[in-house]
Amino acid sequence: MDFKNTPNIDQQGLIERANRFKSRSIKKEAKLSGLKLALSMIDLTTLEGKDTKEKVKQLCMKAVHPDLELNVPSVAAVCVYPSLVSTAKKALKGSGVKVASVATAFPSGQSDQKLKVEETKYAVNEGADEIDMVISRGKFLEGEYNYVFDEIAMIKEACGKARLKVILETGELGTPDQIRKASDIALYAGGDFIKTSTGKISQAATMPISLLMLEAIRDFYYKTGEMRAMKPAGGISDAKTALHYLVMLNETLGDQWMSNQWFRFGASRLANDLLMQLKKQQSGFYQSADYFSKD
Amino acid sequence: MNKRVEVLKTYKLYIGGKFSRTESGRYFKLEDKKGHTVANLCQSSRKDFRNSVVVARKAQIAWEERSAYNKGQILYRIAENLEGRKSELADLISAERKLDKKKADEEVNDAIDTFLYFAGWTDKYQAIFSSVNPVASSHFNFSILEALGVVSSIMGPDNNFQQLAALISAAIAGGNTLITLVPAELSLSAMTLAEVIHHSDVPAGVVNILTGFEDELLEHMAGHMDVNALLYWGDKKETVIKIRELSESNLKRSVFWPTEKNRARSPYSIYDLQEIKTTWHPIEQIGGATSAY
Repeated sequence: MDFKNTPNIDQQGLIERANRFKSRSIKKEAKLSGLKLALSMIDLTTLEGKDTKEKVKQLCMKAVHPDLELNVPSVAAVCVYPSLVSTAKKALKGSGVKVASVATAFPSGQSDQKLKVEETKYAVNEGADEIDMVISRGKFLEGEYNYVFDEIAMIKEACGKARLKVILETGELGTPDQIRKASDIALYAGGDFIKTSTGKISQAATMPISLLMLEAIRDFYYKTGEMRAMKPAGGISDAKTALHYLVMLNETLGDQWMSNQWFRFGASRLANDLLMQLKKQQSGFYQSADYFSKD
Repeated sequence: MNKRVEVLKTYKLYIGGKFSRTESGRYFKLEDKKGHTVANLCQSSRKDFRNSVVVARKAQIAWEERSAYNKGQILYRIAENLEGRKSELADLISAERKLDKKKADEEVNDAIDTFLYFAGWTDKYQAIFSSVNPVASSHFNFSILEALGVVSSIMGPDNNFQQLAALISAAIAGGNTLITLVPAELSLSAMTLAEVIHHSDVPAGVVNILTGFEDELLEHMAGHMDVNALLYWGDKKETVIKIRELSESNLKRSVFWPTEKNRARSPYSIYDLQEIKTTWHPIEQIGGATSAY
């Protein structure tokens, strides 16, 4: 495929379309199941230099049992740095919650390809079920699309059975046209997921950009018949926004994408807001963050 | 020449430093003595209250951490700015409560003096209410006050404008953020006061003012888990009972000020919205210094 000819994006149309999803009214039963579905789609994430084994264990506990009083599902995965994968794997054993690991010199991606492959293999050997890689934005902006494509394909190979999420870091790519191009590269190179952001720069996931990427997945599906997944990450911190994303997902890709196999939220704060809303639905009273564990 | 058509003001809510319409889109009428409509007022919903709690929570720590001196300056600034809107406020008070102009003038003057009064207390109430406590062990034991956090309040229909000023100043002088539901009888003056507060360097979210009905919002105000205190300045027994019942869920502080009780000029108004924190600090033998602690 010639990536110089990917479709151009109508930015205004994109923004208006994304805003339309916010006007759907979701109440009562539908809201309740939407909140639970959103919770089951979360990749509970901790990616800090100060992460410790104990913190990861605690996060894993929360991932499996987000709340002990409410009848809620586990989250989809726990996302950590490679050095903490084995800790998370052990803590999540038998729970069905996946372990995701960032790799390829996350978050900048500025490293040698061999090292990136080694890091990916290391994370997979430690037990990661999913790998979150970053693309080389520098190379992409230089127009080295083949380099970016080959690198993703190389990492995909190193992943083995692990599913690969390709982080585009949309905030660094500039225009919607560029983001569409990067999405296509990631999909055709074999990425199982395309993911918006690392969460490490200020412009993280937005609805218009996520819509653009969902449309890339839709077009890819029409052309190849293969389903691919999407993960908006960073900046989605409240239940209301999560429900807007689910509406967008449903209206863009359809019912078969409505599971954590095909859609994830990369978020850490979102889980608590969903729990607060679920508790509110149960008790009738608005909740306080004071009564929910931070990690 | 055509007669000029007067531009009427839309009265909105004051939430998070913004004047917004109620999300519910509902309004109610305020009428004068002759039954003419004076204004359409926003009928706040539980979601307006919820949104206010979110912004009040966000603003609270930063406001509490402002120096006492700065909080005093800001309260003083409100008083200064109110001086310039005296006659407008007096007109509104006489319209909303059907009072004569002279009485309304007095109320505005009292309100201005109330802001001034509490401005003076910001750096003094700690000294008055804190204490060093005698204990029978080797500890230096002291108690200080801390803001409760997010305070919500309901004002009864018999409250006046000075009392509203006292409520706001007492709550924020002590580092709390406030969401207050005012009755129709105080709505016009309260929303005009919000405009004054808005340009007196009060950070967004520190004061939030809602208009609407107590019956509709009481349950949500008393039951909200992220509200630290609910102050009711009024006399309805059923309201008091309901607040007591629902406040239990998160051990919310419930404070009751009967309308007649004059809390407009008292440092105890600040004290009622504070938590006492006591510290036991281990020390060595204290007898040697013949200390009385």
